[in-house]
Amino acid sequence: MSLEEAMVKAVVEAITRASIYLPPDVKQALQRAYEEETSPAAKAQLQAILKNIELAEKLKAPICQDTGLITFYVRVGARFPAIRNIEDALIKATREATKSVPLRPNSVDPISGRKPGDNTGRYVPIVIWDGVNSERDTLEITVVPKGGGSEYVTTFNIIPPGKGLEGVKELVLDTVIKAGAMPCPPVIIGVGIGGTADFAMYLAKKAATVRKIGTKHPDPTIAKFEEDLLRMVNELGIGAMGMGGKASTALAVHVDYAYRHPATYAVAIAFQCWAARRATVTIKPDGSYFVEQ
Amino acid sequence: MPEYRLRTPLSEEDVRKLRVGDIVYLSGIIYTARDAAHKRILEYLKEGKTLPFDLKDGAIFHCGPVAIKRDDKWAIVAAGPTTSTRMEMYEYDVIEKLGVRMIIGKGGMGSRTAEACKKYGAVYVTFTGGAGVLAAQSIKRVLEVYWLDLGIPEAVWVFEVEDFGPLVVAIDSTGRNLTEEVVREAIARKERLLSKT
Repeated sequence: MSLEEAMVKAVVEAITRASIYLPPDVKQALQRAYEEETSPAAKAQLQAILKNIELAEKLKAPICQDTGLITFYVRVGARFPAIRNIEDALIKATREATKSVPLRPNSVDPISGRKPGDNTGRYVPIVIWDGVNSERDTLEITVVPKGGGSEYVTTFNIIPPGKGLEGVKELVLDTVIKAGAMPCPPVIIGVGIGGTADFAMYLAKKAATVRKIGTKHPDPTIAKFEEDLLRMVNELGIGAMGMGGKASTALAVHVDYAYRHPATYAVAIAFQCWAARRATVTIKPDGSYFVEQ
Repeated sequence: MPEYRLRTPLSEEDVRKLRVGDIVYLSGIIYTARDAAHKRILEYLKEGKTLPFDLKDGAIFHCGPVAIKRDDKWAIVAAGPTTSTRMEMYEYDVIEKLGVRMIIGKGGMGSRTAEACKKYGAVYVTFTGGAGVLAAQSIKRVLEVYWLDLGIPEAVWVFEVEDFGPLVVAIDSTGRNLTEEVVREAIARKERLLSKT
C-alpha cells in the first residue's frame, strides 16, 4: 500500500469513528448532566440521548442523521513525506466514507442548488491548515463532522471595546437564549475573542468542536470566566432540547482569545450540539496510523 | 406527564386532548418534509396541481434521513428530527390547506404555527434532536419516497412507524408554546443573573 493509499484508509477510519462513537469526555459529561438534571422533561431527553449513543455503537450506525459538513484540522510535520498528497487524500476519504459509513450526502452548491451526492464540492470537505511542526515527520488530522443545527445559531459580533469581558458575558447569555432549543442542547459553547473577524470565529469553532471537555484554559482569568459563564448559562434554565431544566443547557463553555485591534472587540460565539463528534488520526511516514478520541 | 399512544390517521379529537408537556408514542404512517418539500407542496397547491400523497389527518416529520438501498429496498440508518424553525414560514398554510394534525420536529416553532394549531386542530411535537439511531428503531418500513430529485435529505419519505417516541407536545391546540415559554423565563432569569454581578 502506498503512503497515499494508507492516508485515505486512515482518514476513512477517523471519519467512521467520529460519526459512530462519541469521545469519552463528551459521553461522561452527558452522563453527568443526566444525573444532575432534576427537570423530568429534560431528563427524558437526556435518557433518549444516552440510549441513542449506546444504540449507535451497537449497530455501528452514525449517531445523528445529520452527519455534517466534514471539516479537517490538519497539523503537518515538516518532515512528513507526502505533504503534496494530503488534500487529495482528504477528498478521496470523504467520498469513500460517504458510501461506507454511510454518511448523508449533505453538500449543496449555494448558487445552482446542485448536489454532488458525495459530500464534496467547492472548498468542501473543509480543510483548515492548522500549523506546521518543524520537528516531526507525522501528519495529524482531526475530523469534525459539523452538524447544521448548531451552525444555524452561531454568531459573529463586534462589541464596543469599553464593555470588555462584561460585554462578552451579556452577549453569550443573549445568544444562548436566542438559540434556545435549536442547537440541540446540552451544547458546548465556544467563544472567540479578539483578532480579526475570521480569526475570532476560528478560535470559537475550535474551542467548541476540538477542545476536550474538562480541560482548563491555561490563563486563570479565562478559566474562571469559563466556569462563571457555564454556571450562568445553565441557570438560564433552557435545558436539554429546550424543554426547561437547570443542569443541561450546556456541558461546557470554552473561551479563547487573540490580541485585538484597538478599535474592535470581536466576539464569535459558536455552538456544538451534544453529538460533539471528533476523532484525531496520526499517520507515520511508513503508513501506519492510530486514531484517538 | 400523561402519556398517549396514538395511531394515524389522527382525528381532531385525538390532538385536541393533548397538552404541552404530554408524551406521545405514534404508530402508523408519517411523511418527512423539510424546506424544499414544504416549498414544493405550496407551489403545487398554488398551481392547482394534485399532490402525489394525502396528508389529511396525517403527520409530517421534519427529517432528512440517512438512507441506503439494500437489495433494491430502502433502509433507514438514522432519522432524527431537523431544526423546525426553517419550516415556520410554510407550516401555517400546510396545516390549513392539507389538514395535517401533527408536526414532528425539534427546536420549537413560532406563533404562526401555534395559531394554525389552535385554529385547525393540530399539534407540534418534538423528538430528541440528534437521536437519529433511536428514531430509526421505530421505523418499520419505507413505504414510498417522493421527489427524490430534491436529494435524499429533502425528499418526502413515507415511513411506517411503531411506537415512535417519546414525542413531547411543544405546541398544543390551546395556543401554548413550550419552547417560547422556556425562553421567556430564561430572559427574566438573565436579568436577575446580570443584576447580581
